[in-house]
Amino acid sequence: MTDQQQAAADPRRPVNNESPGILHAVTGFLGRHRSLAVLVGVALAGAFLPLIAQVPPLRTFQPLSSWLNVFTLAGVFVLLALGLNIVVGLSGLLDLGYAAFFAIGSYTYAFGASPYYGIHLPFLPMLLVGALMAAVFGVLLGAPTLRLRGDYLAIVTLGFGEIVPIVFKNSDEFTGGTNGVSGIDAPNVFGIQFTTLNILPFYVVMLFLVAFTMVLVYRLQESRLGRAWMAIREDELAAASNGINTVTTKLLAFALGATTAGLAGVFSASKLTFAGPDQFIFAVSFTVLAMVVLGGMGNVWGVALGAFILFMIQNVFLKQLNQVFDTLKVPILSDIDFIKYQFLLYGLALVLMMLLRPEGLFPNRRRKQELHEDELEVIEITEPTDAAGVMDE
Amino acid sequence: MDPSVLIQQFFNALALGGIYALVALGYTMVYGIIELINFAHGDVFMVGAFVAMWVLTVPLGQHGGIKDPFLLIGVLLLVFVVTMIVMGVVGVLIERFAYRRLRNAPRLAPLLTAIGVSFILQNIIQTIFGPSPKTFPKLISSSGRFDLFGASISYLTVFIFVLAIVLLVVLQAFIGRTRLGRAMRSTAQDRDAAQLMGVDINRTIALTFFIGSALAGAGGVVAGLYFGQVQFNLGFSAGLKAFTAAVLGGIGNIPGAALGGFIIGFVEVYAGQFGLARWGEALVFAVLIIVLVFRPSGLLGQALGERA
Repeated sequence: MTDQQQAAADPRRPVNNESPGILHAVTGFLGRHRSLAVLVGVALAGAFLPLIAQVPPLRTFQPLSSWLNVFTLAGVFVLLALGLNIVVGLSGLLDLGYAAFFAIGSYTYAFGASPYYGIHLPFLPMLLVGALMAAVFGVLLGAPTLRLRGDYLAIVTLGFGEIVPIVFKNSDEFTGGTNGVSGIDAPNVFGIQFTTLNILPFYVVMLFLVAFTMVLVYRLQESRLGRAWMAIREDELAAASNGINTVTTKLLAFALGATTAGLAGVFSASKLTFAGPDQFIFAVSFTVLAMVVLGGMGNVWGVALGAFILFMIQNVFLKQLNQVFDTLKVPILSDIDFIKYQFLLYGLALVLMMLLRPEGLFPNRRRKQELHEDELEVIEITEPTDAAGVMDE
Repeated sequence: MDPSVLIQQFFNALALGGIYALVALGYTMVYGIIELINFAHGDVFMVGAFVAMWVLTVPLGQHGGIKDPFLLIGVLLLVFVVTMIVMGVVGVLIERFAYRRLRNAPRLAPLLTAIGVSFILQNIIQTIFGPSPKTFPKLISSSGRFDLFGASISYLTVFIFVLAIVLLVVLQAFIGRTRLGRAMRSTAQDRDAAQLMGVDINRTIALTFFIGSALAGAGGVVAGLYFGQVQFNLGFSAGLKAFTAAVLGGIGNIPGAALGGFIIGFVEVYAGQFGLARWGEALVFAVLIIVLVFRPSGLLGQALGERA
């Protein structure tokens, strides 16, 4: 049986028989093997990004190594956004202290692989340890609080997100206090020593992490657990009455989100060779949240893309904009420091997004239906007596 | 420990608690009526402090303490009235443009919008007044003091406490005794039923935002007088603490919010007194988490079921 016949036999994909060809076979094949599609997608993106950076206008801004550096750091935020997407996008739990788990991952690696305690554990196992640490804290925070109603949860997580950096900052004797931990070991994987001068290995590891997380989320999304998350997101009471254990299900979402943040934390600490309390302030949690919301809550590709775009805007575009206007001496624009206004822009973008397009730039189909429920129901219901029911939340 | 210090700190806690109470009232009112954690409320408080500072320094030209009691009362009255009206209008505008359309949307949407508004307010103030702290005129000089059991108490702390209590009593009377107050209570209880009974929902919610934001504005003036300086990021942690106060007292419950405010004030001041100043904030958030976990309905609140 050829791929094409297989595609035709697959009832899930309506196949247009009039357009045969390799392209169709490929899309059909990838449609059936989503995980593979994700891997291919990430690999292609990973290969194309450095090429795009070589295109004349981009190349003049900064050399390839700087571009790779920025892409790698963007990857950290893509990871964070993917993890937060599990919590906010898939399960509908608003976590406003997500940076806390990022911090826990970072500090775990900082303590386990730096001169600070004189311990030098290898990178790959520490990746797991950091993720596990974050997950443990996710469960510790989640177990008592996930019973709370949604917006209370948001505040508890916000409180937690504030406490964690304060603890790292104030426990000088154990954590390096305000100065943080510096001189953290760069990874040495399979005999390859990573250095700040040689970004490529970092970049490749980042791609692996992103691909791994994306496949994980993709597979989870379609699993029993993923459907339970979405059921809770849509209506927690209904989900509970259908036999879903809402507490454990939410706890799993929380723990997995934290795990991803832990991974990102370990990677970021090894990349920057530094971990300090100021890296994990509320603005970080907020930035990641904005990435998830702008990208499209619940859509893996959308979230990843949203995170990447926002990071590039924040760290490259706004800077370059300043330089371009400065060199061209545009009258008013050259006086404006665009980086200063980034949070104003985020705020505006968030408000406008929620008002005009709450499903994000690249929406998840089901999420979109939920967010536009009101409009749909008003159209569907013809009997005027039911209209009161629509208004009833 | 010297008892006079503890007495002095008691009054400081009353003043700080009064500030938190004023801000907490807005949280609790808005949550009571539309079940929204108005994340931007702390920043409304902060903007109020800046408005008061501007009114005092630019049109009134005041930079230090005022000795003449009549002039002092006049200036204070003017600053409070102007700031409260301005902030009330700001609150109404925020509700009109950011929250009204999302009233029936999933909960996440207005909450995220509120965070967005919070960032917008902070950045506007930062752009206008700059990122560094600004001096707030100390109208009531902190050297004006009286003795109580050997402790020297500043009049300012007493003034703040009395003001918070007076505003609380007025608010409670307004909500309990007037027609508009009844409209607010009925809207909070059941919006649709209230509407069927002829309550103008939009106006009532706007009024709630006006009052809540005006109180936050008053809190801003008081905070400026008390701390002697204002900064654009003042609202974030103050807002969080005030929210903690509202939750502690039982969200939706007005005396509860005030009580919570004073408790938070005491926790913070005495944590500082006993050498835990650095941990004050962490302690307040720990209180928040503990309360939410063990008694989500708060000290004076009623248990609320999940709304269908």
